[in-house]
Amino acid sequence: MGNKEPSFEELLKQLENIATNLDTGGLPLVESLALFEEGMKLSKKCSELLDLAELKVEKLQDLFEQKE
Amino acid sequence: MQIYTVGQVTTYARDLLDSNERLSDLWIKGEISNLYRSQAGHLYFTIKDAEGQLKCVLFKSEKPALTLENGMAVIVHGRLSIYELRGDLQVYVDLVQPEGVGVLHLAFEQLKNKLEKEGLFDKARKRPLPSFPKRIGVVTSPTSAAYRDIENIISRRYPLTTVILAPTLVQGDEAAPGIVRAIGELSDMEGIDLIIVARGGGSLEDLWAFNEEVVARTIYASRIPIISGVGHETDFTIADYVADMRAPTPSAAAEIAVPDRSELKKRIQFLRHAIESATTEGLEQRHDKLQYAFGKIKAPDLSRHRQRIDDIFRTTSRQAAGAITLMRSQLNSYSSQLSSLNPLGTLRRGYAIIQKAPAGKIITRTNDVRTGDRIVMQLSDGHIKGKVTGNNSDGQQGTLI
Repeated sequence: MGNKEPSFEELLKQLENIATNLDTGGLPLVESLALFEEGMKLSKKCSELLDLAELKVEKLQDLFEQKE
Repeated sequence: MQIYTVGQVTTYARDLLDSNERLSDLWIKGEISNLYRSQAGHLYFTIKDAEGQLKCVLFKSEKPALTLENGMAVIVHGRLSIYELRGDLQVYVDLVQPEGVGVLHLAFEQLKNKLEKEGLFDKARKRPLPSFPKRIGVVTSPTSAAYRDIENIISRRYPLTTVILAPTLVQGDEAAPGIVRAIGELSDMEGIDLIIVARGGGSLEDLWAFNEEVVARTIYASRIPIISGVGHETDFTIADYVADMRAPTPSAAAEIAVPDRSELKKRIQFLRHAIESATTEGLEQRHDKLQYAFGKIKAPDLSRHRQRIDDIFRTTSRQAAGAITLMRSQLNSYSSQLSSLNPLGTLRRGYAIIQKAPAGKIITRTNDVRTGDRIVMQLSDGHIKGKVTGNNSDGQQGTLI
């Protein structure tokens, strides 16, 4: 894991870009098939991220609690 | 003795009044009379009570929340100064409230008025909120229902984020400094891209911390965009006006803060379909093009070949016909040669075939027969029967018949 992992936002952005590129057309066959494959992978990954995520909660020090 | 001009005196008196702190920040209670609106849109009136009266001016730019009427009991806020041209003592009013309103309310209106003029509420300075916040700071009481609501809603809508709870009191004297400190701590942290400042509903006194000037200025100065969600729908606090986004409640603040995962899944599904159909369409277009190209190639090429095939066919059939004629004449000459080898032809030239009778064995040597054997001689047109009368192999002169 770590910070290198692309964020959901980045993955969704890539997915949007692929859809736009394919829709515009004019790509060589090999390239458009590679994009198709990448798009399928990305959409799966995005859905998984949404399904599997669990909210993380961190708490800063409570100065008022300490006083008591 | 010194003699002054009128202007010098009025200016001196005005400067004296203007430099007095108390006279620059006055709340005055009284009743409106002589109300008059100038052509420029400024309001002039007098406020009076049993003991005295003061001239007042309310400039158009102050935009009073209240529609003023003669006889109305009000509390005005403003500064006392001198209008030099007339030598009139007058109150420059910036706020008019109906009498009977509480002190907190007056303070609220005054601060709101002041900060608005300073530009703290300007729409132009509101910062856009991140669409997909990664780390959200929440400034509120950790034990409050408001916090539980916020955590639940974010968890349900967009659990890809991290909530950083910055606990603070949200009521009482320590609340305002606590809120300021919590926002400060979150600002010092790495990677926080959104802050929610929240508190559940309560009275004006309960929510007071969110109307404090120090809180307003901290929100204004924050480098991270802030959503305020304080009280109920109908509660407006100074924090709400300064914040980059005002949410009517803490729950609403959480909903504004993060996207909804079910909406996102729909979006992903839509993109998936778009990619699939664009790819399929691309393939079909290529297929059509290929077929079209094939159609174009066939016609001219075949006609050229056909002509060539015709040529070849004509040449070969001519050659074949020649060969057949040649072979036929050879065949004729072979058959005439063959007929000359026919034994009947030989017999016709005067030879005979002699066979033993009655077995028919052909006799080619003298030893094949003995004296007295019967023989048959085959000639070209029939046969002659005979008898051997002598034989060379017997040492006798052979005699026929």
